[in-house]
Parts: sequence; structure tokens; C-alpha cells
Amino acid sequence: MATQAPLQFDAINGFLEKHLDVEFSFLKTEEPAEVIAHLPREDQDFILSWVQRVASLNIQLAYQFITYIIDAVAQVDKKIIEAWLLHAMDVYDQKGLYPAREVITNVERFIANSHERTAGAVFEEIAGVLAHFTHGLSGRQLKLHETDTDEIYTDSETIFLPTIIGRLPTEKDNFIIYKSMVAYHWAQTRYGTFRVRLSDIVAQQANPTEYLVLFHALDTLRLDACIQRELPGLYREMQRIKQELQELQDIAEIAALAQELTEPDRTVHDVVRLTGQLLGQITVPQKCFYQGVLMPEQVEACMDRRIAREKSHLRSILRKITEDIKGDKGKDASEYQYETKAKQQGNDELADMEITLDGQVMPLPEHARALTTSIIQDLGEIPDEYLQPAGPGEYDPSFFKEKEEDPDDVWRGAYHEEGAFLYNEWDYKRQSYRKNWCAVREKDIRPVYDDFVHDTLHKYSTFIKQLRKTFEAMRDEDRVLKRQPDGEHVDIDALVQALADARDGSEMSDRLFTRMHRADRNIAVVFMVDMSGSTKGWINDAERESLLLLAETLETLGDRYAIYGFSGMARKRCEIYRIKHFDEMYNDEIRARISGITPKDYTRMGFAIRHLCRVLNEVDAKTRILITISDGKPDDYDHYRGEYGIEDTRRALIEARRDGIHPYCITIDKEGRDYLPHMYGPAAYTVINEVRQLPLKVSDIYRRITT
Amino acid sequence: MKAQVLRTEEFIIQDEPYYQAVGDEIAVFEAAYKQKLPVLLKGPTGCGKTRFMEHMAWRLKRPLITVSCHDDLTASDLVGRYLVKGGETVWIDGPLAAAVRSGAICYLDEIVEARKDTMVVIHPLADDRRALPIEKLGEIIEAGDEFCLAISYNPGYQSVLKDLKQSTRQRFVALEFDYPSAQLEATILEKETGIDTDMANKLVKFAGMTRNLKGSGLEEGASTRLLVHAAKLIRAGVPPVTACHTAIAQALTDDAEMLAAVNELSASLF
Repeated sequence: MATQAPLQFDAINGFLEKHLDVEFSFLKTEEPAEVIAHLPREDQDFILSWVQRVASLNIQLAYQFITYIIDAVAQVDKKIIEAWLLHAMDVYDQKGLYPAREVITNVERFIANSHERTAGAVFEEIAGVLAHFTHGLSGRQLKLHETDTDEIYTDSETIFLPTIIGRLPTEKDNFIIYKSMVAYHWAQTRYGTFRVRLSDIVAQQANPTEYLVLFHALDTLRLDACIQRELPGLYREMQRIKQELQELQDIAEIAALAQELTEPDRTVHDVVRLTGQLLGQITVPQKCFYQGVLMPEQVEACMDRRIAREKSHLRSILRKITEDIKGDKGKDASEYQYETKAKQQGNDELADMEITLDGQVMPLPEHARALTTSIIQDLGEIPDEYLQPAGPGEYDPSFFKEKEEDPDDVWRGAYHEEGAFLYNEWDYKRQSYRKNWCAVREKDIRPVYDDFVHDTLHKYSTFIKQLRKTFEAMRDEDRVLKRQPDGEHVDIDALVQALADARDGSEMSDRLFTRMHRADRNIAVVFMVDMSGSTKGWINDAERESLLLLAETLETLGDRYAIYGFSGMARKRCEIYRIKHFDEMYNDEIRARISGITPKDYTRMGFAIRHLCRVLNEVDAKTRILITISDGKPDDYDHYRGEYGIEDTRRALIEARRDGIHPYCITIDKEGRDYLPHMYGPAAYTVINEVRQLPLKVSDIYRRITT
Repeated sequence: MKAQVLRTEEFIIQDEPYYQAVGDEIAVFEAAYKQKLPVLLKGPTGCGKTRFMEHMAWRLKRPLITVSCHDDLTASDLVGRYLVKGGETVWIDGPLAAAVRSGAICYLDEIVEARKDTMVVIHPLADDRRALPIEKLGEIIEAGDEFCLAISYNPGYQSVLKDLKQSTRQRFVALEFDYPSAQLEATILEKETGIDTDMANKLVKFAGMTRNLKGSGLEEGASTRLLVHAAKLIRAGVPPVTACHTAIAQALTDDAEMLAAVNELSASLF
């Protein structure tokens, strides 16, 4: 491919003036435009497209970006710049302009640190692999998270890692830096660094900082030895990276004095003892690349919560198992004798702990075993007071149940309660998702018992009969198939004919068996009904009538179906209205709910598709279909209109197809043909003029998709 | 060398198949066999159920007829059917009927995979009647003392659709199998493949890591069978990381991210 000629100054300046809104923002674009004019075309395109994407969000941010990037574009891998910018835009969405500018400033610092062209590893890309990696290691399952503070540390449940690492030239080595950090912090939790209450010890010291630094260095010595024993392959890599980074750690002195810490049975208590002995007597070596920092307060806050929770959880599990074994609910559990016992051949103290009840080993379910592991990891043993089954009054499951949502994830504010589902939204201008952008809540619809149901059924009575017949014809039933090449029984008719044929000299058929065909129609369908304000009037009536006819006839077919309505007002108030779940029977109440469908606010479609796909994904079915019934384009109060809304909806539909869901759209919008092919694809929509067509179309769709 | 062809009901295992007992399963099976009770083997894939059956067949000196059940397996596949031969219909015994007639051990592997009607066929064989009615012939074959019925299933990956019905499971003596303890598993690897103790221990540790991942991305952890495969490759000179990748990681999952993670684990270990 021939490279295009570089853009000239005027063109670039014009582009920047337009997108940075110079007329009002008074930003100076001449200088950056001058620099960009001297870059190769490829870099020019890269910078300008990103300026455009960032500027769609915030002009100041885009301007700041451009002033940094013109120096760095030749040095730094483009993938890294992209990762930083996406990160900056996420921060902008969540925290506002200042923290986002901070991120961009970090890019500058990052670029200053890497001396040559760098291919870094990006947290977002490696997080999945490393999360599985940590889960595979023994002990409590740790989570990984991007650090907010620049520091690498763990709070004993989550390891906080940098957004990007570019300290070595190759991506692979930078990945190993990540991996080493993860393994080291895993070792901290696994080999009991936090079994002493560090903040108390440190508080007693004359020089707390110095103490903590020495403690950290000595503990690293101990943990390195653990990693060397446990993960020798990784240990070799860690040593190699140390050399590549030219971290000339002078550990000869400390290693000689604290030699004993590398022996297998050393614990954190030995580290504390040695720290006390050596404090002030040796120079502490430089930190190595994976070491991070110790955050005693964070760890202890986290541990306190966990220990209380796990104690109560274990005790209630013990109670339950005791009841199951002994079969007497009312009896006072304190009469039994509980003990912990290490299994024989124990070289790994975590896996081999058993709890006995009156000398018998208790069968612990999987989650209980994870629990005992976690307790032993924190405390080194299961203390006796843990082995008291919970009394009858201590049964508060909310206490030991971890909250499902991360509190940070749930929006706070006027419209935000806990328990909202959060969904990403696609921003086509910046070509990335806005994370957790829509807060979605499921609501119930108030059933309305009026004449609507009766009138509609009466009005369409002949039509319903006809529809039922169509649907009955589609229904699959168990039946015997004749003349099969293979099957359970001999098809005598076929055999007689075949023998006659053979006698006659013609070819003998091998289709001589009968086979039982079993109905295996396994379809789940969700109807997603537009409840926006624009449906007010005859469209709403038409929707309700069609839903009623649909439900009446679908019952004949026996497929599983659910009906939900959707509407919303800006991203923080996205609402899904439950009309019929998959598990609900079709009855008078459902009919009344259909009757109760009323127009609400705006048509934000992306969140509804994403949420209902989630509902569909929980259903076990061979074919999953999502049918949207709508009256127009996606449209909402905030920027959700025009191209933005269409592109987000399109993206949500692509996600749906990726999950194996067949989306289909039925619309009453006569202009639908202009935008529906782009959103749903050329063959996955129907534009309808008359209500009577609607249920008929549905049976068409059924035939098309399921046969 | 030309392959030897034998009818399954005449084939008796000559050499002792290696089996390391974990508990008292051998004694229990022998007792059940003497008392003419059918046996149900429960346990995850690759933990040694089939090997155990081979071992028991060798011990009891009976032919072993193994049927691997699949979702198209019908009752006639087990009992037998009429086939057309030279213008006439001829009855051909299925493996179950053949086993009953010849007094073999019939082992139905992964019984829940078979269709529901199949399971009902074994009911009269699995209680004190010990008889196989063949409707199409109008016959009942009474099983001799030597006949034994064993079935297996894996409670781990059952969907609601593939549960073993109470009416079926309550006819059997149930033996539970699980992956052996770390030490025993290492011994099995050494004996079965001849690798050294250190490598065996590392492989077992690696298996433990993949079993930690069960439920958070993997359906199952590495089975003893997969470890044996990896150990054999290592014995043949394949580097351990490659052996773990090809024999274990690739066998466990197709998910690229999970594969990468499992490879990182093995790379850390060796």
C-alpha cells in the first residue's frame, strides 16, 4: 500500500481549530500543528484521530494530550498511548477533569522513564490471564485491580497493580514484571506476612518508617525463598529481570545476617525478631522491582472485616452440618466435641486441615473448605472459639455474605440506589465504551384490570383461532419416523417392499427401520417492548393488542417466553419493566399487566438490549431470540440521539449476537428502513403498517429462525 | 504384527492392569460381586474408574464388556436387534445380552449420557431378579452367578437434564472415587510412567493448581489420566512446560486467556 503524502500545516491547523473549538476556547494550535506537520503521515493520522476522539469528551483534555504526544509519538508504542488515553477517558467519566489530566501528566512521566522505543504490557490486557494465574495458586483467591495511587500493594484480598508497565523493551518481559508482582504479593498473603499486627508494632517504634522499611526488606528475603521453593521457574525469571533492569541490589550484607530467613519453616515472627535485632545496624538495600509497599492499615481494615465475617460464617456452617449429621435440630450443639486435625502426609498446611466432630471427620462442602483455608491463612490455625456452632439467634446471613457489587461500582446520587445493574455504553466518537455508564433497575408494572383484555380478545376472536392453527402446525411432537436408515425397530412395510425389490432384481433400499423422533423444540424468546413517551396513543394500543395476541397464541406453541418493557430518562435512570418472566405462567394477572403498559419517558435502547441479553443468557435453551417492538429510533434526553444512539444500539446488538442470541426488530416506524439495516442487519427487521400483521410476522420469524 | 481379533465376551485380561487402591474399594467390589450386587462408580473423569474395572475383571478372571454410553444409545443398542441378512431377519445380541449370556462383567461407562429408556432396561438386571427380558424375542435371560453389572457416572458435570434417577441409583452399591491424595498420585505417576519422584511431585502440584481453578474458569481440573500423559511425554524427552501445555492445558480448555494462565502456572513451576 502506498503511503499517503503527509498533511500540510494548514490542513492540520484547520482540523485542530475545528475540533478544539478554538473560536471559543482560545487554545493555541499553531505550535502543535507545526510539529505535527513534520511527522510521517501514519503518525499524523494517529494523533489527529485521537485528538478528535478525546475532544468529543473534553477539549482541555485533548489539548493537554496533544502537547505531550507530539514529543513522544516516535518513541512510544502506539498501543501504550491508546491504553493511557482510554484509561484517562474512563477516569474522566468517573472522577472528572482533574484526575484525568493527572493521568495524562503521568504519560509524560512514563515517557520520560522509558529511554527507548517501548512495547509495554497493559493491565487491561493481562488482567484476565493473571487473575486465572492467581486463582491457580493455592490459598485465598485474590482479585487484581488497577492502583489509584501509583503504589503497588495488597490489602490481603486485592492486589493493586500499575495501569501499564514499560520498563523493559519487550512486552513479554514487562508481562513477567506484572507476574512477579502478583506472585510476590500472593506470597505475602499465602505465607502469612500479615499474621502480625504490623501497625501496632510499628507504632511502638522510635522511627516507624525505618522499621517498616527494614521489616519489608527482611520479609522479602523470606518470601523470595518461599517463591524459589514453590515456583522455581518463576523465581529464575525474576532473577533474570532483576539483572536486565540492572537493579544492583546490595543484599550481600542483609542476606548474610538474615540467612536463617530463607529456611523453609520461618514465619513472620522470625522476621519481626530479626528486624528488632538488626534495626539501625545495617543499610537496607534498594527495593526490587516487584516489592511495592506495605500498607498495614489497609490490610488490617480488610482483615478485621473478613475475620469477623468468616468466623460467623464457619460457625453457622458447622451448625448446619451438625444438624445434618446428628439429625436433631433442637439439641444444644455445645455438647459435641469439635477438633481440628491435620491430615497425614501434610507438607502443605493449608489443604490438609480437617474438622472432626466427636472423632469423625466432618464432610465439608467446597465453599467451606475455601473458608477454612482463608481462616488458616489469616491466623495460622482454626482457633477453638471458631469451632462453636452458631446458636439459634446468630443466623444473620447478611453478616457473612459478601456484598455482590463493589460499593465503588454502584452510583451514588439522587437517582442511585444500591442494586442497580450497571452497563457499559458505546461512544462511537471516541470508539470506546463508557464504563458502567447506565444504571438499570427492574421495576414491576401495575396490573390494570379493565375491559381492554376482553375487548381485544373479542375484536380479534376469529383471527386468534386462525393464529392458533398456524402455531399448532408448527408445533413439534413425538412421532415415529418410517423408512429410516437406522432405528429401534424394523419397518415391516419397508422390508416387504425391499425384499420384493430384491427378488425383482432392482436395488434394495437400506431404509428399513422406524425411529422415534422426539420433540426437541428448545426456544426461549424475550419480547422487548418500547414504552417511551412517543408511543402514547394508538401505538401503545397497538403494542398492547399485539402482545396480548402473541401471548395467547404462544401458549399453544409451548415455547418459553418473557415480556419486558423499557424506557428511560438519561443514563442514571434506565428502567426495565417486568411484564412476564420466563418462570411465570400466563394468566389473568399477566393479561392485566399487559393492559397496564403505559408510555413513560425516552427510548434508550442499548441498556435494554444488554440487560435482556443477560436475562436470556441465564435461560438454558438451544435457540435464544430477542424481539424488539418499537416505534422509532433510539433517543434519550442526554446525548443519546442521532448517530450516538444508533451506534450504541448497534454495538449492543453485536454483543448479543456474540452471545448466540438472535435479535430481531419489529417496528412501526416507516422510516425504519433507513437505519434498521445498519443496526439489526439486512434481514433481521420488519417494518409494519398495521397491527393485524404483527403476530403473523412473529410466526414468520419463528419459521425462519427455528426451522 | 497382526492384530488379534477376539469376541468381547471371550476376551480375558491376561496381564495385571496397574491399579493403586485408595481405600477398600477392591474388597468392597469383590464382596459385592460374590453377593451378586450391581455396582455404581462415582467420580470425576480420569480418576481411574475404568482402570479399576479392568483391574477387577483381571482379578475375578471374567471378560469385561465396556459400553461407553452416548446420547443416541438406545435400548436396542444394548439388548440387541433384528438385522436383515440374505433376505431374512436375524437376531443379533447387543453387548448387554452377550454379557448376561456369557457371564461377563458389563460396564456401562457414563450411564447418564444414555437416553432415558436405556436406563430402564437395566433395572430388572440390577435387582434380585437378575434377568434380562427381551421383548422382541419373547425371552428372558436369567443371569448366572458370574455375571456382574457396573455403571459409572460423574456427578461433577451433571446438568439437571442428566441426573441419575432415584429408581436407578437405589439399586446399586455405590463406590466413590476421587483424585488420589498428593502423595499417592505421585506414586501412581512414578509407577505408571517411570518418571523420577521430584518431577512426579511437581506434576501433582501443577494438577493441584489447575484443580484450584475449577469453578473459576475451568470446568474440571487436570485428572490423573492427564498427568500420566504429561509424565509419559516428559519421559520421552519433551520439556516439562511443553508437556504440560500439550497434554494438560490444551486438553482442559480452549479459552485463550485460560490457556495462557495455565501455561504461566506451569512455567512458574518448572
